[in-house]
Amino acid sequence: MSGPTSKTDDFRTSLSRARGLGAAHHGVGHWMTERVTSVALVPLGLWAVWAGLRIAPYGYEGAVDLLSNSFNAVAALLLLAISFQHMKIGVRVVIEDYVHTPFNKVSLLLLNSAVCWTAWAAASFSILMVALRGGGAL
Amino acid sequence: MAASILNRIAGVGLYFGALIVAWGAVALAMGPEAYGVFTAAMGSIPGELVLLALTLGFFFHLGAGIRHLFWDAGVGFQPRTATLSAVIVIAFTIVATAAVWALAFATGGAR
Repeated sequence: MSGPTSKTDDFRTSLSRARGLGAAHHGVGHWMTERVTSVALVPLGLWAVWAGLRIAPYGYEGAVDLLSNSFNAVAALLLLAISFQHMKIGVRVVIEDYVHTPFNKVSLLLLNSAVCWTAWAAASFSILMVALRGGGAL
Repeated sequence: MAASILNRIAGVGLYFGALIVAWGAVALAMGPEAYGVFTAAMGSIPGELVLLALTLGFFFHLGAGIRHLFWDAGVGFQPRTATLSAVIVIAFTIVATAAVWALAFATGGAR
């Protein structure tokens, strides 16, 4: 630990160090993020349904064509970023509620984060490649 | 009560739905061949059943999520109101899913 502390501070308990400092104000962070992202996902989710219906009959060219439109590309990027954030927090709560063995819980939480971050990055990169360079770019 | 746990189940289902969407995006960037594998999988009978389940899950999670937002604002906690809103969410889920799939069949997106 850094800071202007005397050596005796090293022997203080975590509780005594935290006492008197007030709340960290991060306690409701995840809870609030889950609500804020859910509001954003109402229009973005409906856009996704529309986009799915739009590209379903047309195959490859139709999907590339949809993403060549800037509005659709931005909507897709927002949908990915916000939904993977929403999913990561949501499934984190589910894991914390049902898995109580420390090893299993930590493993699943790490897996959850890894899956969400990786899928988000891979999908967003792909959307950008298609939007900027057309299909078949990877 | 039942609607609340169903919302959680729908959310976890949509988690896998988002991974399918991510697969579609990556396949699209890889080119026509990879995207063809993706659309063939989604267009098969098991694929369309998964998409049907995801459509149901999406509209249920949407409706139940909005219901939860009202609850967070302190509205709709009376047992009669809560039961009514659960029925509305389920009805909305069925109607919206039917509408989307009717559109999919009408436009040739589903067979």
